[in-house]
Amino acid sequence: MSAIFEVQNLKRAFGGLTVTNDVSLAMAAGDRVALIGPNGAGKTTFVNLVTGNLTPDSGDVLIGGESVTRTNAIGRVRRGLVRSFQVTRLFQEMTPAEHVALAVLQRDGRAGRMFGHFLTMPEVMAEVIELLGKLGLRELMHRRVSEIAYGQQRLLEIAVALALKPKVLLLDEPAAGVPQSDTGLIEKALADLPADLAVLMIEHDMDLVFRFAKRVIVLAAGTIIFDGSPSEVTKDPRVREAYLGSYANASHAA
Amino acid sequence: MTMVTMNDALEGSHRKGRKFGRDLAGLAVILGLAVVGYLLFPNNLALLTRMTAIALLVLSLDLVTGYCGVATLGHAALFGSGAYAAGIAAVHFGLTDPLLMLGCGILGGALAGLVCGLVILRAHGLPQLVLSIALIHLFHEFANKASSWTGGSDGLAGIAPDPLLGYFEFDLWGRTAYVFGIVLLAGVFTLLRRIVRSPFGMLCRGIKEDPIRIRAMGASPKLALMKMYAISGAVAGTGGALNAISTQVVGLDSLSFTLSAESLVMLVLGGTGSLFGALTGTIVFMFFEDIVSAANPFHWLTMVGVLLVAVVLFAPKGLYGTVVGLAMRWREARR
Ligand SMILES: Nc1ncnc2c1ncn2[C@@H]1O[C@H](COP(=O)(O)OP(=O)(O)OP(=O)(O)O)[C@@H](O)[C@H]1O
Ligand SMILES: [Mg+2]
Repeated sequence: MSAIFEVQNLKRAFGGLTVTNDVSLAMAAGDRVALIGPNGAGKTTFVNLVTGNLTPDSGDVLIGGESVTRTNAIGRVRRGLVRSFQVTRLFQEMTPAEHVALAVLQRDGRAGRMFGHFLTMPEVMAEVIELLGKLGLRELMHRRVSEIAYGQQRLLEIAVALALKPKVLLLDEPAAGVPQSDTGLIEKALADLPADLAVLMIEHDMDLVFRFAKRVIVLAAGTIIFDGSPSEVTKDPRVREAYLGSYANASHAA
Repeated sequence: MTMVTMNDALEGSHRKGRKFGRDLAGLAVILGLAVVGYLLFPNNLALLTRMTAIALLVLSLDLVTGYCGVATLGHAALFGSGAYAAGIAAVHFGLTDPLLMLGCGILGGALAGLVCGLVILRAHGLPQLVLSIALIHLFHEFANKASSWTGGSDGLAGIAPDPLLGYFEFDLWGRTAYVFGIVLLAGVFTLLRRIVRSPFGMLCRGIKEDPIRIRAMGASPKLALMKMYAISGAVAGTGGALNAISTQVVGLDSLSFTLSAESLVMLVLGGTGSLFGALTGTIVFMFFEDIVSAANPFHWLTMVGVLLVAVVLFAPKGLYGTVVGLAMRWREARR
């Protein structure tokens, strides 16, 4: 089985701090992987490196068996590698409908069109309505993003990523900031994704991780310390040790 | 489910209808103002025509500054290039047909837009502003030095356009030039309304807010901005050509830092990111410049200054943006 997405010996340091230390992994079409790890483990940095938002010191990134290490962020998106942002990056002055429409139009190579309006393009609107409906944002589709709640902005962040119809989807803490009552919407939207899509989700909510992932990767201090099935991850002594510092304390504090 | 979709489709067409209505309203406003101007100042059509040309410059600036967030104090480079292109075509190449001159102006402006875009878009924020200032000085100096082509500081004189469409002479009263200008402005305005609402316009608004997000969608901000710069250049070039055709001279002032700065002041005054705002700012500023300066030559700039400070402090959306904001709040309150 050939990997649709592969990372080989990725390294990156900020000053003296090695944040990504020789990370390698491969994903096949249809994989549902969770990437977990304590705060500051380097998860977001890993996403930034593979998507081309940051340049690695060394290592390679491959999409569909082809190296994209020298391809810029735009080129990687066009090859089907799409991410969502941990801290929402949305256009405050634009509406959810405009966000999704822009993503759909861009995906179809029509974002440069200088005439017409997406509201009058039935095939675009059908997709906009379907996606926003799935994430519970239909009622808000014509509001400005600055007027909608943060939790709903998080859902829109996911809708934009899905609208690009990726082959490999990297979700950086999609449920962080989403009210508990709405995380079900995310799960349903993820469950509805095409079976051949490879998804890597960074997530702190372990319940969500266990329901979603068939494979869990644990990153600690920039190194992969575990890569295996969800049932084994909690028993692994190294994982327990890595988490003891942060989570034991966190649960005490809570 | 189908009901829901129906509603959305209806809402869509309803919105479109409203937008279309605003298109027509915009056109009606321009034509209405043109008629009022003609009736009020029949002996000063030259001023109104200049106002029209400058309105094209301010619209053009709005495209890159208001819609794309590019900081520039050198936008007259596009206007002046259009003016010189039209003037040089007439004086040195005998292309005295006004439509051909217009074509040369549009081309010259678009080319200057590409050159400026190539340089200015390399930087962001303050460095971007400095680059734009450097550029306008370079353009100015270049035109000054190439005096065998441009007439240098004496200006490029001897532009004698043929009758428009072979029939309408450019008369002494400036009627033909005025009508020509208004038709150009109305045409450009309508075209720009479509462009800023199109997917491309939406893309540009996204770039203004967050280019990294746009890249993460797989679109190239650089490419879109270069396109916008070329369009902006074509619009400014239209204004430049109109100025060359109507005044029959092109001076170095059309390629000046002063004109660049003034056009930015006009845009901010009226409201950035709105085509109506650009028009409003131009009319208010040039009205002050001409009429108030005639009444009170010593203090008109002070008055413009005070107005600008007041607008920036108390109505940051500009005159037009603020009025629209108030109207919308009023309507919400009544609902
Ligand atoms: N641009 C940067 N410059 C310097 N240090 C950075 C930079 N980006 C990240 N870091 C550091 O790298 C480390 C890993 O950060 P990263 O954001 O990747 O962690 P994370 O695993 O995503 O954490 P969290 O769970 O809090 O999101 C942190 O110590 C952070 O301070
Ligand atoms: Mg993170």
